[in-house]
Amino acid sequence: MIGADAMIKCLELEGVTTVYGYPGVAICPFYNSLLESNIRSILVRTEQSAAHAASGMARTGGIGVCAVTSGPGATNLITGIATAFADSIPLICITGQVNSALLGSDVFQEADITGAAESFVKYSYLVKNADDIPRIFKEAVHIATTGRKGPVLIDVPMDVQNAQIKNFNYPDSVQLRTYKPTVNGNALQIKKVLKALEKAQKPLMCVGGGVLLGGAKKQIKEFAHKHNIPVVSTMMGIGVMETEDPLYFGMVGNNGKPYANKAMNESDLLIMVGARVADRAVNQPDLITKNKVLVHIDVDPAEIGKNAGPTIPIVGEAANIFDEMLAAEVTVSDDAWLNSLSYYREQLTPKREEHPGFVDPEIFLNMLSDKMDSDSIYIADVGQNQIWSCAYVKVKEGSFLTSGGMGTMGYSIPAGIGAKLQNPDKQVIAVCGDGSFQMSMCELATMRQHGVNLKIIVMKNNYLGMVREYQHFTYKDNYSVVNLDGSPDLSKLASAYDMECIVLKDMNKAEEAIDRFLSANEPILMECCVDPMDIVRYQV
Amino acid sequence: MSMKKIYSVLVENRSGVLSKVAGLFARRCFNIDSLAVGETDSRDVSCMTIVSSGDARTLEQIEKQLNKKLDVIKVKTFTQDKSVSREMMLVKVKYNKNNRKEIMEICDIQKATIVDMSKTVLTILICDEPEKVQLLLESLKVTSIVEVARTGTLALSKCADS
Repeated sequence: MIGADAMIKCLELEGVTTVYGYPGVAICPFYNSLLESNIRSILVRTEQSAAHAASGMARTGGIGVCAVTSGPGATNLITGIATAFADSIPLICITGQVNSALLGSDVFQEADITGAAESFVKYSYLVKNADDIPRIFKEAVHIATTGRKGPVLIDVPMDVQNAQIKNFNYPDSVQLRTYKPTVNGNALQIKKVLKALEKAQKPLMCVGGGVLLGGAKKQIKEFAHKHNIPVVSTMMGIGVMETEDPLYFGMVGNNGKPYANKAMNESDLLIMVGARVADRAVNQPDLITKNKVLVHIDVDPAEIGKNAGPTIPIVGEAANIFDEMLAAEVTVSDDAWLNSLSYYREQLTPKREEHPGFVDPEIFLNMLSDKMDSDSIYIADVGQNQIWSCAYVKVKEGSFLTSGGMGTMGYSIPAGIGAKLQNPDKQVIAVCGDGSFQMSMCELATMRQHGVNLKIIVMKNNYLGMVREYQHFTYKDNYSVVNLDGSPDLSKLASAYDMECIVLKDMNKAEEAIDRFLSANEPILMECCVDPMDIVRYQV
Repeated sequence: MSMKKIYSVLVENRSGVLSKVAGLFARRCFNIDSLAVGETDSRDVSCMTIVSSGDARTLEQIEKQLNKKLDVIKVKTFTQDKSVSREMMLVKVKYNKNNRKEIMEICDIQKATIVDMSKTVLTILICDEPEKVQLLLESLKVTSIVEVARTGTLALSKCADS
C-alpha cells in the first residue's frame, strides 16, 4: 500500500462518497488510487468550484472533500477555502505538492499552500511521512467537523503519496491535547438566561448560521414556540425558522427587514445564537447592548465579546444548550410584545416600486417558492439576486444556502452541484445574476458530464447590479465598470451544453414558465430579465 | 485605554508554528511589543513570551484567538507586576580613553558587564528587568552605539501566585 492508497482508504472509512477536484501531476498518485475505490470523483472546470461544490455537499448532509494539484491548482482553491472558512463550513481540502526534497526551491508548480491559506483554514497539514497519513486524516475530519466547523487543508508531496506504508492502522479516536471544544453550556449561565427570560418584557432571539451548523434548528423552533418568543435571523440563519412562521420576523441588517431591525433595537432581552454580530447584520454593535440584556451563545469562545460585549455569555453547542433550556419551566410574559411586532410588520413592510415590462423579483420569487417542493434546497449567489432571495423566498422545511460571510460570486452553481449530488431526490435551485453566472458558467459542463439535474435561474440585468446600485446612491449614477455588455446569449449558451433554457421577459406567463422549470428532469436554465435600474435597498 | 500584557504561550514545537502565531497578530492588527521563543523542559513544547499592548477588548481577544490556534497548548497571561520578567541585551559601543571610564561607571551602576572588547569597541551585556535594560540603552546614548541585540522579554508568573 502506498500513501495515495492510504489517503483513499481514510476517506472511505470516513464515509466519503464524493471527491470534487481537478487533477494535475502532483496529485496523480491520489487520482490513480481513486480508480480502485467506489468514491465518486467529479471533475469540476476550475478549482474554486471544487471547494464550493464540496461546501454544497457539506451543508446538505454530506462530507465535503476536494482534491486538486499543486501550485496554481492549490492557489485557485483558496477563494473556495476562504468562502467556507467565513461561513464555518467543514471541508477536507487535499492538495498535491512537489516532491518533499524539492520543497522551498521554487520548482515547477510549487506553491507554499499551507502558508498561503493559513488565515483561511481551521488547521492545515504538510504531510512529510506517509505513515502519518491515517492519523492526519482522522484528525483533519475531527477538526473540520467539530466545535466551530471549518476547512482543513492537507498538503501531500508526491513522494509521500508514492511512499510505501508498512502498516495501515486507522485510529478510532484522536489525541489532540490542544483541541477540546466546549460542548455543554455552563449550567449556571443557562440558569441566568432563564431567569432573565422570566423578567423580560420584550424577549427576542436572533439566530445565525451556527444554529444550522450545530444541528439546533429543531430545538430553536421548539423553544420559540414553547414560550412564544419572536425570532429574527442573520443571512446565514435564514431557514432556521420557516418564513411564514408567525413568530419569525425576517432577516436583520443593512439589507434586512426594517421591522426585524426595529425588533432588535426595542427588545429588552436579546438572545444571539450562533451569530457573529458582524457589520452586515449588526451595523452598530453598541446598540444591541444598550438598554437590554444581551445573551450570546456560540461554540467559539472568541466570537463572544469580539464585536459586542454580552451580559450573559454561553459557550457550547446550541443544540445541547437549548435541550437544557427546553427542559426547564419558565413563565414568559404576555403577548403584548408579539402583538406590537406584528403591528410593525404590517406598518413597516416596504412597498416596492413597480417595474412593468420586467420580471419583478418579489412577485417572481414568491411565486417560485410557493411552487417549489417544501424540502427543496435554494442556493442564492451574491449580488442583487442574493438580497432579493433573502427577502422574498419563502423557506419551508428545506434549506437556503448562500455565501454570507465572504460574499463570493459564483458560489451558487458549484454549491448547487454538490447539494444535488448529495440529495438526488430533492429539488435544488441555484439563483444567480448575470455577473455571478459568468463566474461559474464553466460548470455547466460539469453538470452535463456527471448528470447533475441542477436548476439554474439567472436574474439578468446586464449589470453588476449590487455595485451599480451602490454607485447610483454613492456616486450619483456615475457608473464605473459595472456594465456587462458582451455577455453571451443564454439560450444559445444553453443549447451549446444541450440544455433547455426558458427566457422570461416579464411577468406574463411567469406561472407556466415556473411550472415547466420546476418539472424538468434535466439540467435547465431560466433567464429572468429584471429591470437594470431596479434596486434592493428598501424605501420605507 | 492602552495597557500592557504578557502572554506566556506554550505551543507544539513544530515547524511553522511561529509563523502561525505571528501571522495571527499581523492579521488581526494586534501589537507585538516583543516576542521571545525557546524550547521548554520537554522538547516537543516551546514557550513563546509575547508582550502586547491594547485596550481591554483587544487584550482579551488576543488570549481567545491564541487559544483557538490548534498548535497552542496553553496560554497564561499576566501583568508585569504579577510576574518575574527579564530581558537580555548586548550593546556594542565605540570607546576611547576619554570616555572609557564613564562607560565603565554606567555599567557598574546598572549591573551590566563588559563581555568583549577590541581597541576601539566594546560589548556590554545586561540581563535585567525590561525597564532597566531600556534605561541602560538610554544612558549609553552618550557614547556612540554600533549595534544592539535584545532578546525580548521573558517572564514567568511569581512563585507566590502559582
